[in-house]
Amino acid sequence: MAIRILINLARFAVTYVVATVVVFLFMRLIPGDPAQIALGVNATPELLEQTRREFGTDRPLIVQYFEWFGGLLTGDFGTSYVTHNDISPLVIDRVQVSLILVLTAMVVALLVAIPLGTWAAVKHRNFSGVVIGLGSQVGVAIPGFLAGILLVIVFAVGLGWLPANGWTAPAEDFGDFIRRLILPVVALASVQGAILTRYVRSAVLEVMSEDYLRTARAKGLSKNGALLKHGLRNAAIPVITVTGVQIAALIIGAVVIERVFVIPGLGSMLLDAVGNRDMLTVQSVVMVLVAITLILNLVVDILYTIIDPRLRRSA
Amino acid sequence: MTTQQVPTPPSQAPRTTAISAPGNASTSAAPRPGKRRLSTTLIIGIILIGLVAIAAIVSFIWTPYDPTQAMPADRLEGSSLAHLMGTDRYGRDVFSAMLYGARITLFVGVISVGIAIIVGTPLGILAGIRGGWIEEVIMRTSDIALAFPALLLAIMFSAVFGASTLTAMVAIGIATIPGFARVARSGTLQVMTTEYVLAARAASQSRFRIAVRHVLPNIIGMVVVQSSVSFALAVLAEAGLSFLGLGTPPPTPSWGRMLQESQQFLGTEPMLAVWPGLAIAIAVMGFNLLGDGLRDRFDPKLNGSRG
Repeated sequence: MAIRILINLARFAVTYVVATVVVFLFMRLIPGDPAQIALGVNATPELLEQTRREFGTDRPLIVQYFEWFGGLLTGDFGTSYVTHNDISPLVIDRVQVSLILVLTAMVVALLVAIPLGTWAAVKHRNFSGVVIGLGSQVGVAIPGFLAGILLVIVFAVGLGWLPANGWTAPAEDFGDFIRRLILPVVALASVQGAILTRYVRSAVLEVMSEDYLRTARAKGLSKNGALLKHGLRNAAIPVITVTGVQIAALIIGAVVIERVFVIPGLGSMLLDAVGNRDMLTVQSVVMVLVAITLILNLVVDILYTIIDPRLRRSA
Repeated sequence: MTTQQVPTPPSQAPRTTAISAPGNASTSAAPRPGKRRLSTTLIIGIILIGLVAIAAIVSFIWTPYDPTQAMPADRLEGSSLAHLMGTDRYGRDVFSAMLYGARITLFVGVISVGIAIIVGTPLGILAGIRGGWIEEVIMRTSDIALAFPALLLAIMFSAVFGASTLTAMVAIGIATIPGFARVARSGTLQVMTTEYVLAARAASQSRFRIAVRHVLPNIIGMVVVQSSVSFALAVLAEAGLSFLGLGTPPPTPSWGRMLQESQQFLGTEPMLAVWPGLAIAIAVMGFNLLGDGLRDRFDPKLNGSRG
């Protein structure tokens, strides 16, 4: 098992490093010199030279890359060419908001999907099972931001139960924090929940047709007892894998949801930076988002090894 | 990040007869060759896509009003005979914009999925046939690409090249390539173990010939299914991008931007959000159902007449 985890770690490291190179080079495709853009067309050559030195863009690309990469590792993302602020403190601020949003939504989605999907599988011939199946099909087709807007129409504008947008830090006012968190989390979780419900349903259905479940029933366990004791652990394996794959979708979904609910997370930071053509901030935030995606994937991969004993032996 | 264990995208869970989509009992009873009935899933999918396609085609011939023409006197009107779906904040006819938006949605989907098919499928077949370091390079590259979902890639593209329909299509297309490479590779690996491929290799046919004559015809069903599912994802990505103001630039109508513009009027004119939202959901569901239906049809486990 240790070897498997090490392989996963190595894969993670290589993937991340290659991704930094790709993102760095890609951002260099932008036409124009950052110093020129910052100063405007009337800048004197001396001032341009000085600004380039300040930005560090006068040095060879490879030096610039390693400086940026070193900064990513140590948490120093440099100074924005556009706003002249340090990027790191802002990222640290924003990343907490985004993580709260994404992780809460993931947990809520799983808490909804596991019982619902299992129920839909066990009762797949009954009315309730079919309804859940159809409902998840509809849920999959609704983008998170649309779910968000519909929730605002009903619960904020129509019923007035919850605020339509905004964010409060938990330390500031916990009650308000929760009230403002509910709609964005439900918007994200309903879509993810629908996707996961479909997977849980098909995983449990598959397990239900396995021989070992019949054996367990032959030993005298009830249908539900056999499923609980032998089935769900096996059904968990594909579900965990999908959860890992869905993390990337959830994080990018959060970017849009932050726009809908005016939440100061990484997504808003990224979009503001794109709007300002603030490339250093864009590439840093992109790499933070990619890092979160890959780290959560790594955690899922390791969980997977722990849950499935067959993988422990094979490695 | 592991190659073998990464499951197929959302509605692509491995299926056996027991787990076909809800409501399509007809596919579970494996149809006899030559007498296949269209499953309910497939029919509903085709109808929903048909609605979107008709809207797009009609928009070329006729729209009730010019979708970009502002009529300030008629702004923010509800549904009426003159304006079936009302008007927006500039007095533009929503129904006309909805018809026109279908065009953009399908256009972005066709081009981006087209890019992914043309690049991804040959790469996957190559990986499957050649194996070795070529396979390793292709599959590792696709692992890296998977860390960049379509929308994130599209945001980066619009930061560098500016927001446009073209940028959106290319970015979504690139992000969709790994899915096709994976599907084509796993299909190829299956085909390569069959006896007819062994025979072809024994007859010293070239790898290219084997790829074209034997592999491609056998994985085409999987590629079609993948196309349908990817189309749904492309529609979602395009809508998200337009919603963020990074897709098709105004004044060309797009469903995503109509949703974004509706946000200011949720209190008074919620229908401005409901119409484009409904359209996006219809398009996505249509392609998802089509993918599900086609999978049941093409799956060799389900009907022995194939593969």
